[in-house]
Amino acid sequence: MSSRVEILNDGGYRSDGRRQYELRDISIDTSQQGSADGCCTLRHGLTEVLVTIFGPREAKMRSQTLHDRAVINVEVNVLPFSTGERRRRARADRRILELAATIKSTFEPVVQTALYPRSQVDIYVQVLQQDGGLLHACVNATTLALICAGIPMTDFVCAVSGGVHSTEPLLDLTMLEENDLPHMTVAVMPRTGKVTLVALETRLHVDRFAEIFKLAGEAGQALHKEMKRAVRNRTSRLVDAMETSMKQPVGGERDVVMEDRMDF
Amino acid sequence: MVEITIRKRPRTEAVITQRKFFKKTARGKVIKVLRERYLRDDVGCGIDGCSLCHDLREFTLPSDGSALANFPNGHFILPDTNVFLAQMDLMESGLFNPPMILLQTVLEEVRHRSLPLYNRLRALIRAEEKQIWVFYNEYRSETAVIREEGESPNDRNDRGIRMATAWYNAHLSLSRPSVRGQPSRPLPTVVLLSDDVANRQEAEKEGLACMSVRRYVEALEESSRLFDLLSTPGSDDLEPTRTAAARQALYPDYLPMSALLAGIKLGQLHQGHFNANQFNYLEGNVPVTAFDKPILLIGRENMNRAVQGDIVAVEVFDEKEWKAPGDEVVEQETTLRNDDADASEEESGDEEALAERKVLQAEQVRREASVRLPTGRVVGIIKRNWRSYVCHIDSTSLTSSNATSLSQQTVFATPVSRLLPRIRIRTRQAPALLGQKILVTIDRWDSTSRYPEGHFVRALGKVESKEAEQESLLLEFDIPYRPFGKAILDCLPPEGDNWVVPPKTAENPVWRDRVDLRDLLICSIDPPGCQDIDDALHARTLSNGNIEAGVHIADVSHFVHPGNPMDKEAAARGTTVYLVDKRIDMLPALLGTNLCSLRPHVERLAFSVIWELTQDADIVNVRFSKSVIASKSAFTYEEAQLRKDDPKLDDNLTKSIRLLNSLAQKLRNKRMEAGALNLASPEVKIQLDSSESSDPIDVEQKELRETNSLVEEFMLLANISVARKIEEAFPQTAVLRRHLPPPHSNFEKLHDIMQKRRGLTLDVSSSGALANSLDKCVDPNEPAFNTLVRIMATRCMLSAEYFCSGSVARDTFGHYGLASPIYTHFTSPIRRYADVLVHRQLSAAIGYSTLHATLHSKSHVEQVLGIVNRRHRMAQMAGRASIEFYVGLALKSRGQGGATTEEAFVIRTFRNGLAVYVSKLGLEGLVTFKRETQFDPDSYTITIQSASAEANTTIAVFDKVVVEIEVEKDKNTQRGRVKMTLKSPIDSSTL
Repeated sequence: MSSRVEILNDGGYRSDGRRQYELRDISIDTSQQGSADGCCTLRHGLTEVLVTIFGPREAKMRSQTLHDRAVINVEVNVLPFSTGERRRRARADRRILELAATIKSTFEPVVQTALYPRSQVDIYVQVLQQDGGLLHACVNATTLALICAGIPMTDFVCAVSGGVHSTEPLLDLTMLEENDLPHMTVAVMPRTGKVTLVALETRLHVDRFAEIFKLAGEAGQALHKEMKRAVRNRTSRLVDAMETSMKQPVGGERDVVMEDRMDF
Repeated sequence: MVEITIRKRPRTEAVITQRKFFKKTARGKVIKVLRERYLRDDVGCGIDGCSLCHDLREFTLPSDGSALANFPNGHFILPDTNVFLAQMDLMESGLFNPPMILLQTVLEEVRHRSLPLYNRLRALIRAEEKQIWVFYNEYRSETAVIREEGESPNDRNDRGIRMATAWYNAHLSLSRPSVRGQPSRPLPTVVLLSDDVANRQEAEKEGLACMSVRRYVEALEESSRLFDLLSTPGSDDLEPTRTAAARQALYPDYLPMSALLAGIKLGQLHQGHFNANQFNYLEGNVPVTAFDKPILLIGRENMNRAVQGDIVAVEVFDEKEWKAPGDEVVEQETTLRNDDADASEEESGDEEALAERKVLQAEQVRREASVRLPTGRVVGIIKRNWRSYVCHIDSTSLTSSNATSLSQQTVFATPVSRLLPRIRIRTRQAPALLGQKILVTIDRWDSTSRYPEGHFVRALGKVESKEAEQESLLLEFDIPYRPFGKAILDCLPPEGDNWVVPPKTAENPVWRDRVDLRDLLICSIDPPGCQDIDDALHARTLSNGNIEAGVHIADVSHFVHPGNPMDKEAAARGTTVYLVDKRIDMLPALLGTNLCSLRPHVERLAFSVIWELTQDADIVNVRFSKSVIASKSAFTYEEAQLRKDDPKLDDNLTKSIRLLNSLAQKLRNKRMEAGALNLASPEVKIQLDSSESSDPIDVEQKELRETNSLVEEFMLLANISVARKIEEAFPQTAVLRRHLPPPHSNFEKLHDIMQKRRGLTLDVSSSGALANSLDKCVDPNEPAFNTLVRIMATRCMLSAEYFCSGSVARDTFGHYGLASPIYTHFTSPIRRYADVLVHRQLSAAIGYSTLHATLHSKSHVEQVLGIVNRRHRMAQMAGRASIEFYVGLALKSRGQGGATTEEAFVIRTFRNGLAVYVSKLGLEGLVTFKRETQFDPDSYTITIQSASAEANTTIAVFDKVVVEIEVEKDKNTQRGRVKMTLKSPIDSSTL
C-alpha cells in the first residue's frame, strides 16, 4: 500500500500536506534530565531524539585521553519501540556505530576541545521515535544539548536533510520519502556558513547534488533561528530564575559570567 | 531564492493532524504506522476571481460555473469516486466538459482502486479542453476528515466528499459577500455527482445539491450522444472496498506427478506441447497423438497456467462438451487494459475476470454452429519450458513514473511474443526501464495469481534501437551469439589467415588420397556479398559424349575434428543464423569466410561429388573424393546469368555454365515429373542503405533467376547421391533429412475455402497430384493468386527434419516436397552442422578416414540431430522476424507519416477482423473492426453492414483488398507494431 502514496503530487503537495520547501514542525525541550550537564529533547515531525551531555569531565579511560584536548565520545541508542516494527538493535550494530561516528566527526571541529585537555565529553543519543531525518535530528539535538551543558562551541550546527523527486528538490524528508528518494543530510554552521557534515548514502545526480546542497544550507539558516529562539528562551528563564533567587540571597555568585558570554 | 519555512502542527490537535493505522506485512506481522498531516489554509478553490483565495494565482474554473436548466445561476460538478471508476468513458468524452472539482480524496481512491484508470484520469486533468480543478481537500484545515470509530474507509471518503461539497458552497457565499444597497448576486451551486444511493441520501439530508450521473447527463444538451457512453448501472459491487479478502485460488491445482504419469499410461490423460493461440489469448491447443486434431483449451482456467512450449498433461472432456475454436480476435491488451499489477495483493481484480468471461460467453453462443474439436483442460505440467523472455514494461501499471524513484513497484512486463501472458515483476527501477527492451524470467505461477511472476534479468537497450532489437531477436529465439572462446579459437590452424594448401608432395598428409582438380574450370555462384562460399561447380564434355559434372563442397571436416571444443560449439550452435544486418556464424570467421570458403583464384580443400551424366542427365556413375580445387571465378547469380545469356562470350567457363544450365533444366523437369512440389514462401529482400549504416531503404521481392535454379538442382543432386551412399555404408546411423507427407486433414480447410470461394479443387493424394492441382490454381486477372495459394499450401505442410536412419522405419525416409526417396544435407558444411556430420560419414564411406566412434552411436546422432533440428527452426524464425522488423523500419522511412497503401489478399476471416497478406512486402497483418459484422464461417465471408442493405460490403477469403499500413507504437509497451486498416472496398478506420 505504501507504494500507492505519491511523494509529490501534481498540486505540489507532499504526502503529509507540506510543500517542497517546508520543514516539519520542530519542538525543542531543554529541561533538565537527571544529573546530565546538558540535555535536549528534539522533535522534527514524528522523529524524536533525546541527547544528554556529560562533561567535560575526567576521562574514564586513561588510554584514550589526549593531553592537549578533550575527547568527544558519542553513544547512540536506538530504542526498540522507535520504529513501527519493534526491533531490538544491538549496541554494536554497524548502522548505529556509523551514526555515532558521524555525529562525533561533525562536532569535533566545532566544540572547542582544546580548552579541556585530558578530559572527555560524553554525548548520549537516545532515539525515541523515527520518521526520517534521524541524522539531522541527532545533530540538531546534540548542538542544543551541548549549548545547554555550557560547552564552548564556535558556532551552532544546524542540519537538514534534502532529497530529490524527479527534478524537484524536497526538504526534511519523512521515512516514507527517504525510502523512495535519493537524499542527503547537510550540517552547516550558520554564522560562518561552513559545512561540517555532508552525508549521502544514495545515488544522486551531480547537478541535483549542488542544488540540494545549497538549499539544505539555506534551510539550516531557517532552523538556526528556531534553535536560537529556544536557547534564548531557556537562558532568559534561567536568568529570571536567578534574579528571583538573588532577591533572597542564599548562594553567592554563580556562573553568571558564562551566560554573559553566550551573547547572540 | 525560495522561501524555506517551518510548518507548525499543533500537538494538541493530534487526533486530526496525525494519522494512525495498522498495517499487515507480507509476513503477517502487524505494524502500527503513524503519519503526520499538516493542515493548511492556503489550498486554493480554483475558482476565478475568488476573493478569499486571491493570493493564489492559479485557477481553472470560471467564476460562475456553467449554466444548466436545473441551475440557472451556474454550477460546478463535484464527482464521487464511483463516477470515475464506472463512467470513465463519459468523463473522457469531448462533449462532456462542465467545470469540475476533483477532490484529492477521489483522486486517491481511484489511484488505490485501479492504476490504469488513475492514469487515464490524470491525462484527463492535463487535457486542454477539460475544466478540472484538483482540490486538495485532505490538506485544507476545514475539509480534512478523520476516520471515526467503526467507520469504513469508504464511508469516511464519502463523508469527506460531502464535507468538501458543503465547504465549497459555503466558500462561494463567503467569497461574494452581498454589498449593502445592491441586490445580492445569485451564487453558483456545487453539485455532488454520485451513483452511490447511500451517499446521495446522506447528502440530501445535509442539504447538498446532488445528482446521479444519468440524471445529470439527461439535463445536458448533448445528452443523446452522451448516453451511449454511460456504462450499465447496477454494478453495485464496485462500491465496497475489497480489503484483505482472502486470496482465492484462480486456477485449479495440478495433479501430483505420479497421478499424471499413471493417467498418461492409462490413456486417460494426454501429453503434448502447449501452443497458445496468437489471435486469442484465451485459447490454446495441445496436439496429441490420440486425436488427429489438437485438443482445444478454452479459457484461462482450462489452460491452467500453461505457457507456450510447456509439456502438459491434458484431460479431454466428454464429447458433448466439445467446442469449436473461436473466430474472434481477442487481444490481451484491450480486454485487460484496466487490470492492475498490484491487484492480487489487495483485491482479486474481479472486473477483469468478468470482462473475460463476457468475451468467452459471447463467443460461446456463436461457437455452437461450427465444427467441434476435442476440448479439454490442463491438469498438470510435465515439464516447464520457461526461459528468459524479451519484454516491455507496461507503462500504465507503474505506480510512479518518477525517474529517480527507488521504491519497489509491481509492474507488468508484456512479452514481445503474443503467445505469452503478461508477467508480473517487482522492480525498483521500473521508471528507468520504461521504453526499453528487457529480459524477464518467469519464476513461478501460483494458483492464486492471475499472472505468472517473474524477475527482471537485464536491460537490452532502447526500444527500436537496432542493437536492442537484434539482441532481443537472438534471445527470443534462443540463439547462442557470444563470441567464440579461446579454447575454440585454439582449434584453428596456427597459421591463421596465412594458411595455404601445402605444395603437392607424396608424403604430405594433406595430400593423401586427394585428387588434384586444380586445373578444372570450377566456379562458384552465390548471392551477392556472400563470403562463406561452400559450393562450387564444374561441367565438361567427355570424349565419349557424356558429360562430367562436379559439385565441390568446402572440406570443413578437414579443419573441424570430432569432439574438440570447436566441434562441440558448432554442434551446439547447429547452424549459422542470417539476420538482415548480421550473421551469427556457426564456425569461427577464419574458417567460414577464408580457409573453408571456396574463394576464387586460391587453392582450397574440397569434397567433390563428380558424376558422369548422359546428355539426358541420367547418371552413369558417381564418384566421391576429397580434392584440391582452385576456383576460377566467384559469380553472383546475376553475373552468371548475364554471362550465360551474352551471345558474344564463348570462353570455356561460359560454356561450362551453359552446360550446367542445360543439365539443370533437364534435372528439374525430371524432378517435377516425379512429383516434386514447387512451393512458395514469402521471400522479400531488404535493401540496406550501405553496409555501414544499415538503414533500410526499401523492401523488394526476391528475384529468382535461372542460375538460382541451376545451383539448386546440382545441390539437390549432390545431396541425394550422398544420401544414398552414406545410407548404404551406415544403415544404422546415417544422417538423413526427410519431409513427411502432410496428413490430409491439414488441407481440409484450405480445400474447403478454395472450393467455396473459387470453385477450385486441391488434390492432395500425393505430392505430384498436389503439384498438378496447384498449377491449375490460376486466376488470369491476378498473377499473385497462384503464389498466395502456394504459400497457404506450404503452411499446411509439416516441416522437414534431420533424422538418424536407424531410428525410423525405412518407408518414412522420403522427402515429400522434393519427391525423392532419400535425401540429406551435404552442401553447406560451413553453415549447417548436419552437413559436417554427413561429410564425416561420407569420408568414412569412401575409406578416406575412419568414422569417429560417436557417429556409430545411434543415440548420440539422434541427440545431436535433435538439437540441430531445433536450432534450424529457431534460425528460420529469427531470420523471418528480423526481416519483419526491417520491413517495419522501411515502411516507416518510406511513406509520408509512415503510412503506405498496398494491395493485399484476405487469407482468413474472423468475426471482428480479417487476416491479410501483402504479397509485395511479404507481410501478414490483421485488420480489426470495432463494430459487429455479419460473419459467415461456412462461406468464409464477413459482411459489413451500413445504413442501407444495398451498401453492405461482403469480404471473403482470397478477395483482393487495399490496406493502409502504418507502424504505430503501442502506447503501453513502446512496441512498434504494424497496424493495418482497410481502405477498399470499405474504409475500416471508422468501423
